Amino acid sequence: MLQIHCPYCRETRAEEEFCYAGEAHITRPPDPRGLSDEAWSAYLFLRKNPRGLHHEMWRHTAGCGRFLNATRNTVSNEMLETYAMGEQPSVPAPGEGEQR
Amino acid sequence: MSPTQRNRLAEGGRIDRGQPVHFTFNGRSLQGFRGDTLASALLASGVKLVGRSFKYGRPRGIVGHGAEEPNAILQVERGARTIPNLRATQVEIYEGLEASSVAGWPSLEFDLKSIAGWFGALLPPGFYYKTFMWPARLWMTYERVIRKAAGLGTAPTESDPDSYDKLNHHCDVLVVGAGPAGLAAALAAAASGARVIIADEQQEPGGSLLSSRAAINGEACAAWLSESCARLQSSESVVVLPRSTVFGYYDHNFLAILERRSDHLAPGQATATRQRLHRVRARQVVLATGAIERPLVFANNDVPGVMLASAVSTYVNRYAVAPGHELVVFTANDGAYQCALDWNRAGRRVVAVVDVRAAANGPLPQACREAGIEIIAGHAVIDVKGGKAAKAAVIAPIDADGTSLCGPTKVLQCDLVANSGGWSPAIHLSSQTGTKPRWSDEIIGFLPGDSPQAQRSVGAVAGAYTLGACLEDGAKAGAAAALDCGCKPVEPDAPDTLESQEQAPQPLFLVPHQRSTSRAPKQFVDFQLDVTAAAIELAAREGYESVEHVKRYTALGFGTDQGKLGNINGIAILARALGQDIPSTGTTMFRPAYTPVTFGALAGRDLGELFDPERYTAMHRWHEENGAKWENVGQWKRPWYYPRPGEGLQQAVDRECLAVRNSVGLLDASTLGKIDIQGRDAAEFLTRIYTNAYMKLGVGKCRYGLMLKEDGMIFDDGVTARIDENQFLMHTTSGGAAGVLAWLESWHQAEWPELEVFFTSVTDHWATATLTGPNARKVLTKLCDDIDLSAGQFKFLEWREGSVAGIAARVYRISFTGELTYEINVPAHYGRQLWEALIAAGEEFGITPYGTETMHVLRAEKGFIIVGQDTDGSMTPFDMNMAWIVGKNKAFSFIGERSLHRSDTAREGRKQLVGLKTLDPQQVIPEGSQIVNDPNQAPPMSMQGHVTSSYYSANLGHSIALAVVKGGLSRLGERVFCPQADGSVVAADIVESVFYDPNGERQNV
Repeated sequence: MLQIHCPYCRETRAEEEFCYAGEAHITRPPDPRGLSDEAWSAYLFLRKNPRGLHHEMWRHTAGCGRFLNATRNTVSNEMLETYAMGEQPSVPAPGEGEQR
Repeated sequence: MSPTQRNRLAEGGRIDRGQPVHFTFNGRSLQGFRGDTLASALLASGVKLVGRSFKYGRPRGIVGHGAEEPNAILQVERGARTIPNLRATQVEIYEGLEASSVAGWPSLEFDLKSIAGWFGALLPPGFYYKTFMWPARLWMTYERVIRKAAGLGTAPTESDPDSYDKLNHHCDVLVVGAGPAGLAAALAAAASGARVIIADEQQEPGGSLLSSRAAINGEACAAWLSESCARLQSSESVVVLPRSTVFGYYDHNFLAILERRSDHLAPGQATATRQRLHRVRARQVVLATGAIERPLVFANNDVPGVMLASAVSTYVNRYAVAPGHELVVFTANDGAYQCALDWNRAGRRVVAVVDVRAAANGPLPQACREAGIEIIAGHAVIDVKGGKAAKAAVIAPIDADGTSLCGPTKVLQCDLVANSGGWSPAIHLSSQTGTKPRWSDEIIGFLPGDSPQAQRSVGAVAGAYTLGACLEDGAKAGAAAALDCGCKPVEPDAPDTLESQEQAPQPLFLVPHQRSTSRAPKQFVDFQLDVTAAAIELAAREGYESVEHVKRYTALGFGTDQGKLGNINGIAILARALGQDIPSTGTTMFRPAYTPVTFGALAGRDLGELFDPERYTAMHRWHEENGAKWENVGQWKRPWYYPRPGEGLQQAVDRECLAVRNSVGLLDASTLGKIDIQGRDAAEFLTRIYTNAYMKLGVGKCRYGLMLKEDGMIFDDGVTARIDENQFLMHTTSGGAAGVLAWLESWHQAEWPELEVFFTSVTDHWATATLTGPNARKVLTKLCDDIDLSAGQFKFLEWREGSVAGIAARVYRISFTGELTYEINVPAHYGRQLWEALIAAGEEFGITPYGTETMHVLRAEKGFIIVGQDTDGSMTPFDMNMAWIVGKNKAFSFIGERSLHRSDTAREGRKQLVGLKTLDPQQVIPEGSQIVNDPNQAPPMSMQGHVTSSYYSANLGHSIALAVVKGGLSRLGERVFCPQADGSVVAADIVESVFYDPNGERQNV
């Protein structure tokens, strides 16, 4: 069972207080109507499934109720960082630019 | 000494001879002493045969003395308290204990499988895949027979009378194992001021010290042990958990411990819960889990009387039990010579020590020679004679690399063969953290790999096999772990021990026989599942190369012991058969639990009404008092129907349905999800989330909305009312409320934080009574004088604030029945008062309370969908014939809109919601029925869709059904068929999905 630091509550709490909420940093296209079927389905269905670092969202369901971002190693389950919505990770995943 | 304990030594042991304990084994009355395990007491009484093997039904005896025991797997107690699959080596005896063998059919002494010999022949490796391929319908029969014959124990059929609980802990240092290394670690960590938990599976701390004759600081080790235990027990920062198995090591240093609190006491003596599950989050973990002795693999090595050398020493030293008279020790290392010395000291005869090594000159062999014990070096025990008990060992000279015999055999008469192939570190917990174990040629075993977690392995599990090294490494690890937790540094104690250099052991994983492995008598690798060396070689010949595949093909390590004894030998035999080394063969995956865990402990107190919360509305008691039958909706208990005396479900529902359409009915709708939505951008937010628009919805008005997932599929529905310019009240389905709230929050927080909007669940704040039927206005008029209820002033899809029965209320004119309806909401505490006032006011109109079943029938008459019943996550609004609710000109592309124009969602021939009317008006099609065009088509038939809702409608006098049918909206009037499992076929015509009042005139009055 993981331990997750909530950036809002500023406490490290047990995983059972949280719900996984999918890949982070996916932005809804501003003009869905203008997108091809392929581009729309990529937004809708294509997700990363890395062996290694992954940026993902969790929700502190049984705590403050807020969504947060996390960088987790999917092999070791190490949580390298958590950060507020709207913020960017300080640990880039392989293949990601430092500036993202 | 009791005459029945014929193998009990006259003195010694950590048993209380003043406390005899009586127990039964397979119905036979036996006696032991307090401090005995079932295994030691059985051996003391001379019991050799304890079980029959899984496949071949061979007689089996006790092999080990701890968690590794593969054979003495017993059923303890009867009836409701019974537990199967307990290791006799880990069960403490108490007065009146009843134990029985789990294997052996029809009885232990006469096993059908071994006598007939047919059963094993049916079960070669891979028997699951090979033997029972035909015919599939007989598989269940085979499995039943196999299970019965294999003897996997029986689960209790009665409810468990004992209680179990759970405890959460946080600590600085969790020490697993209270042998010398673990104790030293706990002492050092505690000296640093760390909060320490030390858990050990035995009834008292000490581990190997409990059966050791070694000295510490010049005294018997028992003195150091009792002093160390006293120090730990008296420390306020230390929790000592005996009888506690750390069985699982999970992420982020979360470990689970099963504490057996009163299993060692007779029923009735227990004052505590039976077992407790400790859930521990540790900042640092020290694994001192020790090592398990590895048996040697030779012909007939499973005959009762063949035991691990360390087990024989333990029974002699700790329990004062000598499980035989004439001992042959068979070893590939120096350590097993201790067993010969212990046996000799107990006054029994050591026939010989047979050592595969060419010479044995270490200190222990020297001590044996001085004691007059014969040592036969360069030899191996290749076979054991005897059926239900060992009678002799057959030995032969063996070449230096241990692969072939090089001389004639000789027979040594004996009744006990103690053997040791070396030690395998108990890396199970370490490996559960996901690390790959690494092979060490030096210790001839796998060592823990580098773990991603904050943990250390010390003592035998780390390959340190001397007492001095265990004490020293343990203390260092404990101090270092405490330091890593921020505790003060300490200089750990270093107790003195006397130790001398042992001669190197020799790796030997399969003892050669004169005949080839496949033709030799069975050489067992995994005792519990009867896996032989020949079976593993066969698997390799048949092309299996991965150790994981061989495990599944042969069942190696699949037993309740998870192959604690057999796995390393099995891996080594496989490696040789594949012509590769052991490290490249690798181990199978280690998973929790280390030893079996009861469901009772995992469930703890989360049973019965504490298993899952039940939610009651404010009117619940009234429903109960008025005979409601219940339906579970999510966690809610909702009235299903209110039968009058003599009524069944159908009669009650017919009556309730007619009452609503002809006069007035009352439904408790409090469970509907309610979300209060406020903020400057609330209307904008709703317009983005719903398929229709909310910007222009006036204050005082309501609108039905449909919510889609981004893939265009219907997710939830409900009516939303505009309470104020910046405030809305959203209704959701009863089961969907929490999911909808999470959905709204995710879009707000993750996508549109710039919108000012706030969501609050208010489901429990309101009690809701739905007053519906042509007489609803007359009833409400009697109770409400501050709202103008006239049709012109309070229209359908509006809401008003006022008072009903003197209670402040919000009244909504929305309808799920298609009748004139008022949904009256009052603060939840007034729910019952409101309800009773409505019942009283409606009495003159025959007001009828109705439940969810009637609600379903009435809405189906109107063709109103229920999300989750008529939809299944693959239905768009168009599929549900609800194009009218999809906004065409919204500025913002609402959630799911783009997906409604994907090639798949826009295509012809999707399943669409229609009505079905059966040819026989009385016949109700079972919900879920498949729909076909031609009932006589040969399978596979062309499936056209399925029935989603189906009822008998008393108002219409015939059955009604909703269904989704491919291209259904263009097939109105066509006939379809619903074949049933019993071979019958229901014929029906496709009709419009609205059966009653298609123009909605009854709700607009």
